Amino acid sequence: MKTFFIFVGVMLFASASVASDKDLKEFILTNKASFHKSSSKTISPVIDSLLELNSGGTEKFLLSWLNKELWFRKSDGLVVTAKKLEKKSYKIFDVVDEQLIEVIDKKKIKQIKPNSGVRAIISSALVQFQLLNADPSIRSKTLDSIARKPEEKFRVPLRKAIEIENNLKIKNRMIRLEKLLTVRFEKNISKRVEVIRSLKNDLGIDVRGVLNQIIRTALKAEKVIPDNINISQILEPETGAIDQYDFSETNHSSSIEGSFTDLDAYLMLVKEGKAPEILTQKKLKDILTQQAEIGNIKREEAHSLDSYQKRIRVLNRLIKNEKVEPVVSIEDMKNIVSQYVFYEEYAESSREVTNSATETLNVINGRVSVFSFIDLILEGLSLASIYFLAAIGLAITFGVMRVINMAHGEFIMMGAYSGYVVQLFVTNYTLSILIAIPVAFLVTFFAGIVMERLVIKKLYKRPLETLLATFGISIALQQLAKIIFGTQARPLTSPEWLDGALIFNEIISISWIRVAIFVLSIAFTIILIYVLNRTRFGLETRAVTQNPSMAASMGVNPDQINMFTFGLGSGIAGIAGVGIGLYAKVTSELGNDYIVQSFMTVVVGGVGSIWGTLAGATLIGFLQKVIEWFNPSNTLAAQTYMIIFIIIFIQFRPRGIVALRGRAAGD
Amino acid sequence: MSFIKRNQSLNFVIFFFLFSLFVTIASELAMGLLSTSFVKVLGKTLMLCLAAIALDLVWGYCGILSLGHMAFFALGGYLIGMWLMYERTKEIVISAASEQLIPLTPEETKEAIGNQIFGVVGGSDIPIVWIFADSLIIHLLLIVIIPGLLALVFGWLAFRSRVTGVYLSILTQAMTLALSLYLFQNDSGLRGNNGLSGLQNIPGYGNLTQDVISVIFLWLSTFALCCGFYIASIITKSKLGNLLVGIRDDEARVRFLGYNVELYKLLIFVVTAVMAAIAGSLYYPQAGIVNPTELAPIASIYLAVWVSIGGRGKLIGAVLGAAFVSLISSFFTSGQIPNIDFWIININWVDWWLIILGLSFVSITLATQNGLFGLIEKVKERVINK
Amino acid sequence: MIRKNLYGLVTSIVFLTSTVPSFSDIKIGILHSLSGTMAISETTLKDTMLMLIEKQNAKGGINGEKLVPVVVDPASDWPLFAEKARELLTVQEVDVMFGCWTSVSRKSVLPVIEELNGLLFYPVQYEGEESSKNVFYTGAAPNQQAIPATDYYLEELGVEKFALLGTDYVYPRTTNKILNQYLIDKGIPASDIFVNYTPFGHSDWSKIVADVVALGADGKKVGVISTINGDANIGFYKELAAAGISADDIPVVAFSVGEEELSGLDTANLVGHLAAWNYFQSAESDLNDAFIKDWKATMGDNRVTNDPMEAHVIGFEMYVKAVEKAGTTDVDAVRKAMYGLKVPNLTGGMAEMLPNHHLAKPVLIGEIQADGQFDIISQTSEVPGDAWTDYLAESKPLMSDWKDMGCGMYNTETKTCVQMKSNY
Repeated sequence: MKTFFIFVGVMLFASASVASDKDLKEFILTNKASFHKSSSKTISPVIDSLLELNSGGTEKFLLSWLNKELWFRKSDGLVVTAKKLEKKSYKIFDVVDEQLIEVIDKKKIKQIKPNSGVRAIISSALVQFQLLNADPSIRSKTLDSIARKPEEKFRVPLRKAIEIENNLKIKNRMIRLEKLLTVRFEKNISKRVEVIRSLKNDLGIDVRGVLNQIIRTALKAEKVIPDNINISQILEPETGAIDQYDFSETNHSSSIEGSFTDLDAYLMLVKEGKAPEILTQKKLKDILTQQAEIGNIKREEAHSLDSYQKRIRVLNRLIKNEKVEPVVSIEDMKNIVSQYVFYEEYAESSREVTNSATETLNVINGRVSVFSFIDLILEGLSLASIYFLAAIGLAITFGVMRVINMAHGEFIMMGAYSGYVVQLFVTNYTLSILIAIPVAFLVTFFAGIVMERLVIKKLYKRPLETLLATFGISIALQQLAKIIFGTQARPLTSPEWLDGALIFNEIISISWIRVAIFVLSIAFTIILIYVLNRTRFGLETRAVTQNPSMAASMGVNPDQINMFTFGLGSGIAGIAGVGIGLYAKVTSELGNDYIVQSFMTVVVGGVGSIWGTLAGATLIGFLQKVIEWFNPSNTLAAQTYMIIFIIIFIQFRPRGIVALRGRAAGD
Repeated sequence: MSFIKRNQSLNFVIFFFLFSLFVTIASELAMGLLSTSFVKVLGKTLMLCLAAIALDLVWGYCGILSLGHMAFFALGGYLIGMWLMYERTKEIVISAASEQLIPLTPEETKEAIGNQIFGVVGGSDIPIVWIFADSLIIHLLLIVIIPGLLALVFGWLAFRSRVTGVYLSILTQAMTLALSLYLFQNDSGLRGNNGLSGLQNIPGYGNLTQDVISVIFLWLSTFALCCGFYIASIITKSKLGNLLVGIRDDEARVRFLGYNVELYKLLIFVVTAVMAAIAGSLYYPQAGIVNPTELAPIASIYLAVWVSIGGRGKLIGAVLGAAFVSLISSFFTSGQIPNIDFWIININWVDWWLIILGLSFVSITLATQNGLFGLIEKVKERVINK
Repeated sequence: MIRKNLYGLVTSIVFLTSTVPSFSDIKIGILHSLSGTMAISETTLKDTMLMLIEKQNAKGGINGEKLVPVVVDPASDWPLFAEKARELLTVQEVDVMFGCWTSVSRKSVLPVIEELNGLLFYPVQYEGEESSKNVFYTGAAPNQQAIPATDYYLEELGVEKFALLGTDYVYPRTTNKILNQYLIDKGIPASDIFVNYTPFGHSDWSKIVADVVALGADGKKVGVISTINGDANIGFYKELAAAGISADDIPVVAFSVGEEELSGLDTANLVGHLAAWNYFQSAESDLNDAFIKDWKATMGDNRVTNDPMEAHVIGFEMYVKAVEKAGTTDVDAVRKAMYGLKVPNLTGGMAEMLPNHHLAKPVLIGEIQADGQFDIISQTSEVPGDAWTDYLAESKPLMSDWKDMGCGMYNTETKTCVQMKSNY
């Protein structure tokens, strides 16, 4: 109640109470040490009494503390604000009345840097000042602080704020937050249950968080279950684990995940001090060593104890002779476990509340899993589009021309570096990306043409050697990039409108960069299919692909067509490089990461077809996501399984998903 | 000159015998002209030559460009490495426990070994794949069996579905990539990225110094290389060799003649895989460490490049290529060649070496089909004709 | 013909590699990858060493002898590290090497330097569980980085649920194993610790980031502890930024992300995420200002400094002092002179070399700022590095003391020296 009055007081008289400035000054001075180096564990009482002080300068002081604007003078610890004067000297001011104190050398003052735990507490303290701030962005930030540190004292002011709030978006957020606070703190059970049920359609992670907190349980073991407690379930330990227990293990741990065995039960009792510890090999050996040291076991006998059975035999003898305390046997363990009841108890005492929370959560979780599945599909789609983008240039050079270009990855890299270089000169990110795309295309297009003229043209009849020659080019280009750009990763920054993510709801979201890559790959598909199927150049390319000599006799110049096709494939790799650089990193090894993957995509999809590459990328992208989904803790395994799958897949469809028919498939 | 052609393998053996003898005399054991690390480099180079012979057999003679032979090579290293590591650790564990009052049980010994070997990679239990690690004989057999089996299964799958040419190359590349990604995982039980290390110490011979060990391995490597060369030259001279060349030049025609092409391909694939594995099992104890980067696709591509530069389709060419390129690489990356400051261009060899290497692949591939050996032959012919 | 070629080649290499330079110089081996995947991080350290050596020579070397750097390139190839180390020790006859970055490269070098009694200064934070007579670990052990950062999470931020994300290799594996046990000891249930491993250079992070967000569904505060290595961080942070995850909601503390890694990123959306190190460029001290000034003067204005560089600075300074003290570069004499040596940290205070070959250094926690630098929000006093962690049952009884006990793996329970050589 007291807090409430203070709060209202602050609301009404915030600007009027200048009189207590002196008290504030005093307070800061006496508590200076707690400001210098604050810890979130100890700062709360200080902030509470600061709020209680109720001075007009409190808000400003808290704000400058939060924004790391406070400094202190090393000589006497005086807390001040500082302004940089020139290189090494600062003007320092009084925190409260902003009077200039002195000009001081930088070395004599130190900035106060509250850590983020402390900052959260400060923000939480600022709520009462800022909930009604005129600036909607500040109000919104204030709501963030409430959401991060939900406290009961915010409920009343929040309700008041809802009444006068006119920004609909913020108002809705306030209403939702108020509901969450009600769920958390309301004493009236029926009201609480009602609000809980009303949250059924809310997918928010904070809602699930609050509900899960309500149905939190603790595993307990008692000989008799106490009355009047809210029990989730009684656990019946599965028998058998103690019988199978291997005493030779040094560390005993629970056997099977998800089940509660008698061994788990026993270990739990040991932890709570309700049962004696299990005799492990290590403990056994320690006991025997100790006994040998004091002479209860003869030296020669000790030297012969090289098996578990022998040691147990000696131990039993020692127990019989009352040299050592008896140890717990398997029968004892089972006996002890059977004396206890194991149950999970809710932290929340009201059964109605826990029941309604469980029901609501079930509804929410059902929807969450559906949406997660959709999200997985989106991610698969995104990965597929990245693979497609990386592979499409290769699909043209490898698929259409049957030329293996191991330097394809380096063309991707060249594209990414072109983007970086453009950004060095054009600082507007939107403009620079718009320029980078054609620049990357041109750079790699000409690089491709040069390579085709100088190397590949001479090796058309020797495809395996093309592989080696282009590999040579690949390592040379990679090293060249290292010499020019250094080994550090270079930034390729996306324009602001590509920051953040496209959010459908709390579960389904995808970053805008991925959306952009997706759009880019769609655009490529359409353009390439148009070029290959609807233009003269495409017709000639297909003709040369299928039968170069026949095409030549029909007046097509295969030499030229090959050159331009290769240039086109390389140029597309360059554009892909800009996309991939935006989403990942720009290093000289960028291409390396994609080259084998790209070959797989083309081979799985079926050589010589844009559709095939699309299908291949889709298959590989989705497959990888699905495997990751099954085994979320090991992404590396996903890649291994995927490659094995591809090797097996090729057994059944050696020509890929979309196999060309007729003469083009001949070789 | 014609003598060389008539009895090539004898010449080969004599040459390498003399070579090893020379190295032994010049090594730190006797004259001290060659450092131990250089003897090791030579020994390793010999094993790379053996791997190159294997690839030459399967590519130069049979036309299958395998970009996965270094996977077999590294597997051989892993298999011998497991034994070396296990036994060495066992010695340490037992000697440490000998001071205790109560001796270790077999289980405790195992656990202590597991802790030693896997403690550094965040584990402690000995995985199931180490089950035979305490037996040298079984592991020597496994060096033949496991890579052979892998080659058999993979080859059977690949050749059966008539994957040929560049497709096969890419598929073999995928195989080695999958294997290396698998080994990169800590859960693979082979110490993940760290791989197996400290292989240069031979268990049971703890007091042998590295200068002795390096010479022993040099001789073992020479022996293996000569055997490999001998077997390879027998194969190439036999009817099988002719068939292989036939398959390389026109697979369909050989098939129409009634030969089971797939069977021959599979045979040569498996034989060369085993050859590579044996080479690896002698290479890695000299290198001291084997880990998954060793079977990254790039390693196999390098092997192919060596063979191609040396001259494929000629066993000597493969040996020459592997020896020449790998030695010259280590020479240029040693950082001991003075940098050249020429006007504004500063040529730092460590940086520029890869560019030179890359471009020389390209030019050699463009200039000749038969690599350096082909060039030498050409020059020789001209000289003789004149 | 062929024979002659090969013979000629072999002999020419022999003579080139075995040329012996003048004896009066002190040779310092630098064993950092200048090519391959690790060049990104290690080249900087090579440059740091060259700069330090040059500076020392300008001061007149050590005991009047000039320092000569011997740079080799192990090319991110782990076996090559062993080969080059052997070459440095036997052919070049250096006594000391500064080098290695990854744990596997160190493990590759270990048997060689222990056999030939060389000395290695290893400057990178690592997983601990090792103490070699021939290595001085100037980077952080887990108790100098991971444990304090986790404490910060538990105590200051009130994190109740942990996502341990790492690249699949030894450092994250061991660190996470230690942290897992540490958290369980602190009362965090095993079900509240989510562990994920990704390959090197991983770029597809959206699913993992979504999984981390979903961890918050039971209402507990989630914190991420990242041991993600190198380039993979760029994709990870980009995805984190895209998902709009604020450091106030789900903080991320990284152990392998420093100024160098952030220079490849736009950090505007990452403000407030954390990193724990023993050094940040933003540390305020005269020594640090001078070091940064030297570095920028040598390498260019846009270059940044980072923690492993400081480790080399301290290591090198200590080596210089030890050689001066011992009056020789003999490995055993220098090693004995090292113990107890104190050298100023760039962050203020003194680093001390302990008998277990680790340093006592302060632990700093910094928040990422928009300019790619870190704002130091917490700095402890010097924490002594611990070779064997106290949080795992099997290493708890182990300790390392090369000064008095002469053993790097001494079992205090059985009172025996488990082994003299280190684990590799």
